Amino acid sequence: MSTVAVIDYGMGNLHSVAKALEHVADGQQVIVTHEPERIRAADRVVLPGVGAIRDCMAEMARQGVIDVIHEVVRSKPFLGVCVGMQALMDFSAENGGTSCLGVLPGRVEYFGDSLSAEVGGERLKVPHMGWNQVHQERAHPLWAGIAQDERFYFVHSYYVQPARPELTAASTEYGVRFTAAVARDNVFAVQFHPEKSQHAGLALYANFLRWDGRTP
Amino acid sequence: MGLAKRIIPCLDVDNGRVVKGVKFLDIRDAGDPVEIARRYDQQGADEITFLDITASSDNRETMVHVVEQVAGEVFIPLTVGGGIRTSADIRRMLNAGADKVGINTAAVFNPEFVKEAADRFGSQCIVVAIDAKRVSAADETPRWEIFTHGGRKATGLDAVEWARRMVDYGAGEILLTSMDRDGTKSGFDLALVRAVSEAVRVPVIASGGVGNLDHLVDGIVQGHADAVLAASIFHFCEYTIEQAKQRMAAAGIEVRL
Repeated sequence: MSTVAVIDYGMGNLHSVAKALEHVADGQQVIVTHEPERIRAADRVVLPGVGAIRDCMAEMARQGVIDVIHEVVRSKPFLGVCVGMQALMDFSAENGGTSCLGVLPGRVEYFGDSLSAEVGGERLKVPHMGWNQVHQERAHPLWAGIAQDERFYFVHSYYVQPARPELTAASTEYGVRFTAAVARDNVFAVQFHPEKSQHAGLALYANFLRWDGRTP
Repeated sequence: MGLAKRIIPCLDVDNGRVVKGVKFLDIRDAGDPVEIARRYDQQGADEITFLDITASSDNRETMVHVVEQVAGEVFIPLTVGGGIRTSADIRRMLNAGADKVGINTAAVFNPEFVKEAADRFGSQCIVVAIDAKRVSAADETPRWEIFTHGGRKATGLDAVEWARRMVDYGAGEILLTSMDRDGTKSGFDLALVRAVSEAVRVPVIASGGVGNLDHLVDGIVQGHADAVLAASIFHFCEYTIEQAKQRMAAAGIEVRL
């Protein structure tokens, strides 16, 4: 039986992620674990995350999952979600500056305290919370069956700025145009929460469970 | 195009059943929470809020099961409020499948709890619920105070100042209920919603008083709320969430359709 490991490092939303994956699993077994050998043995790996990046990085280190993450991002279909996406970058401006995993080149920046809409100038609240449109910047197996500019559920105050524009798989407008999804080889990561994005989110998870890790 | 304004149906749950009272009286049974949550999800609710209005710990356990069941089949954000007093309460609800918890009375009696909770679980899951009542006379500059115990006990805390302080302490969102309007179906206290929404940088959910779909529009357009919460107009099938969204879209508000 094919397995998907949801990395459990004690930070928040992994139950929601696991429940949504189970809901769309078609024979795949969903396991929630921090054990490196079980992560290494899985066919696919999901790195979830909510909360502050400093705590997430500290917990990953404490649970001893950093090495195995570096290993599986080179080989297996890998999906980062929210802070699990941010953690893949080199560095985050959160918590006075936090070093991240450095799997993908780029930084994580704050929306700022005086964010306003590009059109109309309306003051925008931070965190960016709610359903916003995700503009697919390029074709990818994980977008299969998902409409262009579909709405997904976001909740975050920091966003990813990849060092190379070709890493951006989708973008979203919120005062700035930011990267809502990144993709490189077998790694895909999203700022939004598919597990909270109803049909579209479940479709993305179903696509991930079918994905062989290859990008066209 | 951009971020949609949210419609959040609220389920007041007592002993495993959805109930709705008018100004905390005249409790009417509106049905099974899991079934109702499923219906709202199908109608396009952007989030669902459960308010646990039971007092006993046995019934608290019932609430955990409700959240677990809903979270297993409804994949939109779920918030649980009512009786959240300790980190253990928060952990239990998050483990059951809640995405956010609403802290109300416990914040008033121990503001540090909000700080601890935000530090431990992240601001994204801490909603501070504020029950406010207008305390100024009709000819004065409007002023609102925080009330506890279902609107019976004044605290002397100014609602706008309190909202700012809660955000400083780490609240990721404010759920603002007008105790004057709650259950009256006469519309939001728009001056209150606007005062709080403009005072804080985090999203504000307007609550209390929705009696028709235009009230929802007013909450966004005039109150500058980021989300609107309503209970009875949806429970008793007066309107569907879809109708509410269509009305909002027709008024030029961006919604998820």
